[in-house]
Amino acid sequence: MTNLANDFGVAEPELLDRPEKRGRLGILFWVCVAWLGINIFGAIFANVLPLPNPLANNYSAINFGPSLHHLLGTDELGRDIFSRIVYGSRISVSVGFGAMLIGFGVGAPLGMLAAYRRGLFDQIVTTLMYVFLAFPAIIAVIAVLSFWTPRSLLKIILVIGIASIPLVYRVIRAATLSMGSRDFVIAAKVQGATDRRIIFRELLPNIAPVGISFLLIGIATVVTLEGALAFLGLSINPPQPSWGNMINESRTLLSQNIWIAIFPALALCLFLLSLNYIGDRLRSYFDVSEVKL
Amino acid sequence: MAVIKYVARRLVLMVGIIFVISVGAFYLIHLLPGDPATVILGGGDTPQARAALYKQLGLNRGIVIQYFVWLNHVLHGNLGTSFITNESVVSTIKNAFPIDVEMIILSQILAFAFAIPLAMRSAQKPNGRLDKTASAGSFTLLSIPPFIIIVFLVLIVAVKLKIPNTGPASYVSIGQDWVVNLESMVLPAVTLAIGSFVLYYRILRSDLISTLQEEFITLARSKGISRRRIMWRHAFRPSSVALVGTAGVNIGGLIAGGFVVQFLLQIPGLGFTLIDAINLSDYLLVQGIVLVISVSVVLINFLFDFLITIIDPRIARD
Repeated sequence: MTNLANDFGVAEPELLDRPEKRGRLGILFWVCVAWLGINIFGAIFANVLPLPNPLANNYSAINFGPSLHHLLGTDELGRDIFSRIVYGSRISVSVGFGAMLIGFGVGAPLGMLAAYRRGLFDQIVTTLMYVFLAFPAIIAVIAVLSFWTPRSLLKIILVIGIASIPLVYRVIRAATLSMGSRDFVIAAKVQGATDRRIIFRELLPNIAPVGISFLLIGIATVVTLEGALAFLGLSINPPQPSWGNMINESRTLLSQNIWIAIFPALALCLFLLSLNYIGDRLRSYFDVSEVKL
Repeated sequence: MAVIKYVARRLVLMVGIIFVISVGAFYLIHLLPGDPATVILGGGDTPQARAALYKQLGLNRGIVIQYFVWLNHVLHGNLGTSFITNESVVSTIKNAFPIDVEMIILSQILAFAFAIPLAMRSAQKPNGRLDKTASAGSFTLLSIPPFIIIVFLVLIVAVKLKIPNTGPASYVSIGQDWVVNLESMVLPAVTLAIGSFVLYYRILRSDLISTLQEEFITLARSKGISRRRIMWRHAFRPSSVALVGTAGVNIGGLIAGGFVVQFLLQIPGLGFTLIDAINLSDYLLVQGIVLVISVSVVLINFLFDFLITIIDPRIARD
């Protein structure tokens, strides 16, 4: 059964090389952490911060470029782009974290349990998960969202979250398997430690690094997926801003005002870049290379 | 022998997966709010149309029987007739599908043509200047979603540089004018190729680096075989297993990734047709496309699994 993992081979994250020494995460890592922090802060406190109303039209300031009044300019209805980006981050942040909460909440315990217990339970769950892994999540997500109307943020989080369970399961199970036969686990068993103790005190701390770096990359993937859905008009409805639907709305106005496209695109890419970079750095920092996912 | 057994096992699994997909695709209609027939028929709710729909989906039967009524129709190549366009779902899909195939083939040619030579160069001098630049570049590209790439490609190429036949709605079918067809396919193919390129480059590079440390490579070197020959004849094949596996999954994903590209450029492939059908509440068409895409993805995965066993027959043995 383990072999199936490689054969279905959902894009394997890079696990080799990177010879940097452990001990330093580098300045870029902390810049990314700070950027991520700013984004999350903005998303949480968007309505407390002194921002113009992201939905308020202002016909005397249409398609303005960046200025002191409107930091990132205004769109075709005179709405403040900076404010819309900050409010838009709420969608990306909540879909990213919410969906991964569901994915990890279900996938991680199942994966650990399956890898620890093995046997019939493992076989059944793993086969089932691989059946669901066999086709791209985006099709399942689009299919369900197109029939399950009307669409809401909660439904989007739920559908993407459920679709991510098999991916999380696969990674956590593989990580647990690689730890399960290590000496320290066997030593704990020999000493008569309870299953609960082995799982929480021996296995969990050791698979946490894999889990965290996969969590960050998973959030990036989910945010991209929501962006694509929004771009296709299948996420939350305008006028409520999200990065994806801002980019979607900008595409007809590109020749008049390219700022409308550039700023939300930049916001999304920088957010994704910091997630990916932090995840990648953590993985090489904890030297996860031995865990062949 | 082992290969046959392996393929047979895979075949059984594939049939199982397709069964699950078909169940999922059928019961999608029961996610619709209220009575599915009323929602699917929409404005065209005439007694005749209702009767046709009931016959197609077996809606007057029990919920389990419904699936088999529908499955029976599907296996006979009948996915129903759209109540919005009055066209058969199968013929709509038949018209759209080749466009996706063309787009994906073009993008994969581009992706492999750049990824393989670059990965070979990078792997020969890990952490050299070229390797560092290419790795950093590919990492950055990893964080740019295709829908952003296509928007800016259209902005630069079609809007600013005004290169003809690259903007939205410039697609013509390959039978009509193949030159214009290819021109209109450039931006979609490049967009899809960028994502694939990044993936292939990163995987092939890291696999090549570990292969090049193996003893048979040292032996080949000590025999005085040229570097070029070592790379292509000795190192490439053992390093390409993960690449082929990834390509299989990725190509399956591209059918879905093509959505945004087709949507923006109004290329009438499956993705565009699907989004259009969703917006028109043409649920039978949505259901048909979802089924066809999912089954194709599974078939592609199966095909690539088979390819892997040809590259490295050891995989089938354990």
